[in-house]
Amino acid sequence: MAEPTGGNVTQAGSSAGDFPPFRQRHLLSIADLKQHEIIDLLDRAERMVPVSRQERKTHPTLSGKTQINLFFEPSTRTQGSFEIAGKRLGALVMNMSVKSSSVSKGETLVDTATTLNAMRPDVIVVRHSAAGAVELLSQKVGCAVINAGDGAHEHPTQALLDALTIRRHKGRINGLTVAICGDIANSRVVRSNLLLLGALNVRTRVIAPRNLLPAGIEQLATEVFTDMRKGLEGADVVMMLRLQHERANGRMIPSVREYYRFYGLDADKLSHAKPDAIVMHPGPMNRGVEIDPAIADGPASVITDQVEMGVAVRMAVLDALLPAGDVR
Amino acid sequence: MNRPLLIENARLVDPASGTDARGAVLVENGVITDLALEGPIGVPDGAEVIDAAGHVLAPGLIDMRVFTGEPGKEYRETLQSAGEAAAVGGVTSFVMMPDTSPVVDDGALVDFLLRRGKATSKVNILPAAAITKGLRGEEITEFGLLQEAGAVCLTDGRSSIQSSALLRTAMSYAANYDMPIVHHLADRGLVGDGVMNEGFFATILGLKGIPREAETIPLARDLQLAALTGVRYHAAQISTASSAELVRAAKARHANVTAGVSINNLALNENDIGRYRTFFKLATPLRSEDDRQAMIEALRNGTIDTIHSDHDPQDSEVKRQPFAEASDGAIGLETLLAAALRLVHSGEVDLLSVLRAMTIRPAQILGLPSGRIARGAPADLILFDPDYPWQVSETAIRSRSRNTSFEGARLAGKVMRTIVGGQTVYLHTYTL
Repeated sequence: MAEPTGGNVTQAGSSAGDFPPFRQRHLLSIADLKQHEIIDLLDRAERMVPVSRQERKTHPTLSGKTQINLFFEPSTRTQGSFEIAGKRLGALVMNMSVKSSSVSKGETLVDTATTLNAMRPDVIVVRHSAAGAVELLSQKVGCAVINAGDGAHEHPTQALLDALTIRRHKGRINGLTVAICGDIANSRVVRSNLLLLGALNVRTRVIAPRNLLPAGIEQLATEVFTDMRKGLEGADVVMMLRLQHERANGRMIPSVREYYRFYGLDADKLSHAKPDAIVMHPGPMNRGVEIDPAIADGPASVITDQVEMGVAVRMAVLDALLPAGDVR
Repeated sequence: MNRPLLIENARLVDPASGTDARGAVLVENGVITDLALEGPIGVPDGAEVIDAAGHVLAPGLIDMRVFTGEPGKEYRETLQSAGEAAAVGGVTSFVMMPDTSPVVDDGALVDFLLRRGKATSKVNILPAAAITKGLRGEEITEFGLLQEAGAVCLTDGRSSIQSSALLRTAMSYAANYDMPIVHHLADRGLVGDGVMNEGFFATILGLKGIPREAETIPLARDLQLAALTGVRYHAAQISTASSAELVRAAKARHANVTAGVSINNLALNENDIGRYRTFFKLATPLRSEDDRQAMIEALRNGTIDTIHSDHDPQDSEVKRQPFAEASDGAIGLETLLAAALRLVHSGEVDLLSVLRAMTIRPAQILGLPSGRIARGAPADLILFDPDYPWQVSETAIRSRSRNTSFEGARLAGKVMRTIVGGQTVYLHTYTL
């Protein structure tokens, strides 16, 4: 497996100087981004990696800006990652955890947006259990909005951090074969990844039991497999997805042990991928459910690198959406 | 006693008789007393004469599926506001769904609604009664007493009866009174958490899909039970190509069945949802363009009998939500005719067929004397300019709720005058 190659490997040749202005107002979905904008964000993230590795981890381009992390469902790692990213850029970061929105519980999402907007933040990072909720909120506020995961729709910064991790390990993204395995139907990570990888001409495969494959997925992925060994054949990247426990009680699949037998990543199944294939997981992992602990913590795993790249990507996105000196 | 009313110089379009010709209609005491095609008509002394200016004179529309807020949720819609919206849209009678609070499952409430409708509404309100008490799908209501009170049909509104045995009982019993059973088709298990049509578009949006089989499986069951019991059965609204095939086959076997379609499923498809536009969140969901085309074909070949608005007022509180959490439903009384005329203007269906599905067919299914331009029929009439261009604007909506799936749409065709029982209840005023 290739070693991470540091901060100077980029897809489209590196941009040496300052980046041109980023034209998007929000980051709601990968579907909104053009190929050059994706590469631009990856290149920006590349430049943020050393910031997190230096002794004084600051790059205060967002000094004086206010960032609100609005999480309607719990998420330790994404929320923490955005918090660190904002703080390393010098922003004032406020975390708000709100119990799942529902009319019956009083304040609506739109009410919440209106209230927060009155506090004049510069960016709101939102996680919500309903697809499209972040977009709805973005229509009601005057600041930038970043989607930190909306239902089964999208999780754009996850796809960007995955792409950055792949690029640093493989030296490129273009032309690779990436296999994504697990609960495809209910995963926002899959949608964002398929859109992003598709935009970068990656051969994408999805692997899952038939009832965890959503309708029309063949229009989004290059190939669709129900047999994991066949799906992993010759893959450069193996991306595993978390299986929600509530789906493993006979409602969607019969049991965890049956799932692990056929769709859990172990050494035998991984041996079908390329010898230098890397293994990824958006976390948190269910060891022994979707992945063998030996693989999760083994040499092919780049899972902790993904976490590191997550901070860099989020710094890059905040930096791109809130350029220094911009008055909103 | 009102003055006689003569409408002349009209393009008289009456699907019941297949008429589409220039003509005149005379109305006396709320009833059509004479009509003349291409010829003179006797004019009583003192008659009010309306020059139709060549506009279409047609029977008033009969809408078989309208939800109101009253009783229980008057902030969404009252019988009065629904009546005003109906008059603007050319709907002279509508069937009011029993999904109110309280549910219309008792004869006394039917009686109340008829009185209240007469007192406050400009158009005829025809209460439908619940098939099951409280719409719970467990025990049938008093069909005979409900019919005596004035209920025009039996339906559980937006609820779908899951138990085949109970539905069989209801159908058998309804057949005693020759009451039509109007049934919404939704297999609860297959609908699950679904919020839009199942397919690639739902997958891209990350929304749970509703498979077409959630409609076709209960439809196949219902058609067999209808044949078994001999009831007059009306599939409330179908939306898929397979459903049209099932209805067509059942009709070919002489089963006593009819089917309706929502104007939404004729004029819109799932792609209209765009980026989570909740005004397009409907039950039955918007389907694919192929299904929409199948609905148009089914209307053309007579498989589908009726077109209705599925008028369902929802306040902004329940619509300004993330798509999956928003309530289903859109208003539609004011846009029903103009949206249906889209199909005429595009050459997909002729004017007589479109009007037939909103006039004489619902009248026949419900056993009403209206829905036709004939001597002795109630003078429920509309005069409309089929080409009049207008844009749907939120501020002009008469309904108490604003959740129209045609917001901002450019439409051609506007009602100029609506007449109910010989009285003009709406007159379009030109803005210059």
